[in-house]
Amino acid sequence: MGLLSKKDTKLITDPLADNNPITIQVLGICSALAITAELKASIVMAVSVLFVLGIGNVVISLLRNVIPSKIRIIVQLVVVAALVIIVDQVLKAFAYELSKTLSVFVGLIITNCIIMGRFEAFALGNGPWRSFLDGIGNAAGYGVILIIVGFFRELLGSGTLLGFPVLGNPIPGEQTGLYALGYENNGFMLLSPMALIVIGIIIWIQRSRNKDLIED
Amino acid sequence: MEKRTDKNSYTILFAVVMVVVVGALLAFTASSLKPSITENQRLEKQQNILYALGINDNDESNAVFISTAKAPEAFKNNVTDQLVITIDASGKIVKTQTRDEYVAETKQEPYLIDVKKEQENAKNGKNRKLPLFVGQRDGNTYYVAPIYGKGLWDAIWGYVAVDKDMVVQGAYFDHKGETPGLGANIKQRYFMDDFIGEHLLSEDGVFKGITVAKGNADPKNNNKTDNAVDAIAGATITGDGVTAMIKSDLKLYKPYFDTLKNN
Repeated sequence: MGLLSKKDTKLITDPLADNNPITIQVLGICSALAITAELKASIVMAVSVLFVLGIGNVVISLLRNVIPSKIRIIVQLVVVAALVIIVDQVLKAFAYELSKTLSVFVGLIITNCIIMGRFEAFALGNGPWRSFLDGIGNAAGYGVILIIVGFFRELLGSGTLLGFPVLGNPIPGEQTGLYALGYENNGFMLLSPMALIVIGIIIWIQRSRNKDLIED
Repeated sequence: MEKRTDKNSYTILFAVVMVVVVGALLAFTASSLKPSITENQRLEKQQNILYALGINDNDESNAVFISTAKAPEAFKNNVTDQLVITIDASGKIVKTQTRDEYVAETKQEPYLIDVKKEQENAKNGKNRKLPLFVGQRDGNTYYVAPIYGKGLWDAIWGYVAVDKDMVVQGAYFDHKGETPGLGANIKQRYFMDDFIGEHLLSEDGVFKGITVAKGNADPKNNNKTDNAVDAIAGATITGDGVTAMIKSDLKLYKPYFDTLKNN
């Protein structure tokens, strides 16, 4: 880590815990509820946002002195949208299978408030390298929460992880594993309200461990 | 921020330049990549049809297409004909063309017929072209029909293979933007495989379709003549979309299958 000064390291580590975009800044909640019904989708979304936010932050940071302040939000939106669409088109041409997995997320990435939030709050006022680190850090912090939520929702809702059955076979009449003992999947976990409750529990745990985070 | 960027003239100039630059960039990307994207989509259609026909590289639990390298060859060998059935607004068959007749007339392969466009034609009272792919698997003849409809967020579509009695022999579904983990699971094998063996007709030969049903008391799908498969939890509207597109699109083929029986 000789490349990173102490301040730079903080840019990456802060959003992972004490300044997490989802649990502290309350950004990106919408996608955290929408696509965390299974772990794989959470991981794909986390990686996509990492990519887009890292590059987008650099682009906005480079343009920060020429963007007219009156239309800066529109400019930011155009940058994200153009970036995402170009990536989508390139994937469609050269990695078709992958693009089909990702195409569902394109709309969600463009409208993700974390991306706009970081452009607005950080990239417009800082240099490209620091903006890049900030983007990576925040996307990672977002991704961690997404993956935690996806893990619990898929495990408790479908009894699988990444599509593999880990709790046994739930089909009536031929149950194995936990299901043979009378366990049942909680279908409610698959619906968005439970994602909010899981995030709520994470926020609770986080704030009870670090009292400084509790607002008045 | 500098003063100069607050001026109206600067703002407008910036907006214009941005739109032109980004627009040109996107247009350039789209048009230069278009040939390979179209080629990918063409191969995908072949893979879809072959999948419904039962020709795929499925492993134990996942749906896997036959590879793009092998698809054109397999398509040529297994899809023996591509019929194009033209029906009028009342559903009566106007004419039935073989692939060669259709290609001679339109210079287009029948499997590239845009089902959505044909649905719109029918809505406007025009004739509708119904492609039907005649395929061979293990010495049996199956008929693959494309279907198209809408799910919760966007389009859903698929291919259904049936035998001459309209018993389903294979199904493939896909979607543009259904919710990952819920509606998106219509392209999972456990859902698509449930359709195999299901009857589209009732016992007295009336077209009933297949309903994606909640609580049909048949989660293992043992009853193949109940015209129903088990729904996906949390994906009601996508499931209803599948039910609707099977009902509306496959019903149109019924008159053709009637003629098969009479011969």
